[in-house]
Amino acid sequence: MAEVNAKQVLFEPIFSNNPIGLQILGICSALAVTTSMSVTIVMCLSVIAVTAFSNLAVSLVRTQIPGSIRIIVQMTIIASLVIVVDQILKAYAYEISKQLSVFVGLIITNCIVMGRAEGFAMKNGPWLSFLDGIGNGLGYSVMLLFVAFFRELLGAGSLFGFTLLTPVNEGGWYITNGLLLLPPSAFFIIGLAIWGLRTWMPEQVEEPDYKMSRHTHKEAF
Amino acid sequence: MEHYISLLLKAIFIENMALAFFLGMCTFLAISKKVEAATGLGIAVIVVLTLTVPVNNLIYNNILREGALAWAGLPEVDLSFLGLITYIGVIAAIVQIMEMILDKYIPALYSALGVFLPLITVNCAIMGAALFMVERDYTFSESVVYGFGAGVGWALAIVALAGIREKLKYSDVPEGLRGLGITFITVGLMSLGFMSFSGISL
Repeated sequence: MAEVNAKQVLFEPIFSNNPIGLQILGICSALAVTTSMSVTIVMCLSVIAVTAFSNLAVSLVRTQIPGSIRIIVQMTIIASLVIVVDQILKAYAYEISKQLSVFVGLIITNCIVMGRAEGFAMKNGPWLSFLDGIGNGLGYSVMLLFVAFFRELLGAGSLFGFTLLTPVNEGGWYITNGLLLLPPSAFFIIGLAIWGLRTWMPEQVEEPDYKMSRHTHKEAF
Repeated sequence: MEHYISLLLKAIFIENMALAFFLGMCTFLAISKKVEAATGLGIAVIVVLTLTVPVNNLIYNNILREGALAWAGLPEVDLSFLGLITYIGVIAAIVQIMEMILDKYIPALYSALGVFLPLITVNCAIMGAALFMVERDYTFSESVVYGFGAGVGWALAIVALAGIREKLKYSDVPEGLRGLGITFITVGLMSLGFMSFSGISL
């Protein structure tokens, strides 16, 4: 990117450079929280807040950090921010923080946060870094909300806890698909989402390691 | 004794770090193209988990926990909010120390594991195991067993995935699904396989 403008920094990570779809970052702590929309939204907001503010903080001190200890400095900044988020959630949204259990703490090791701090905030000014943090947080959220939407709607017949498709055992017609509440389904949904995303943007398709040769009728001599 | 065996089996199969809790996914997907590399990383994770979970357990129970500082005359202090930053610090330090010790005394092992060690600091499986240990209130000996079991489970999963991916590269995958997409679907199927263990009650 020769000319860095704010809009590009903010919106690029959402689809064309999605942290989960393209960069394989931050899948670790994400998938287990996508069984219901409300929990997912809280997780997304926490990640956006942590990515944005850690980028801002790292960018502000980037000229003061000696190169050899930069990782530990970034880690400390991120860990402190996550502690703040964790304490806030425990204070104001205790039920949801119980459901998120260890996954709030795992934002520390979420590669998106660390990757953006190292890859973007160390080289750019505070304002752009802040926007980059929000953009990447949003890119992560879009993917997560997409997964959570399908898992909650098809798995439990509801969205945000409101029943949309009345399940059979409550006298309705919809037979809930229990598989979608189990871990494997998250992988399938992300796999299919990546397929869709790459069909839409063919430049993201990976080069195969091994090319199949075409079937030919001619025998080799 | 039985209690520990069941804890071990539970940590390896039923609550598999990678396939049931999605922990350590970044490295799990990135380093699983070759069985050799996957095995190296798996062993490194086992070693680091077996060390860090018990150490974090000691720190939590003797320093951070509410009332744990009674021996120092501060019975009302609750430092558990410092947990996250402490665990990550301990993990980073142990990985660093291990790297130096291996480099000095067992260079052969160092050259095999060396490249993977820094990656492990940011592996969510390590941090996750520490947090689960605190959440489930394991004792010291339980935490040793749990750390080892969680490591073995993760290593097992990554080696299996690498084996599948080595074969998979010769298959004709639809274009958009190539690489990352098909890997996700494969991991999903593996995870489905591991779900069958969840019927076992120990």
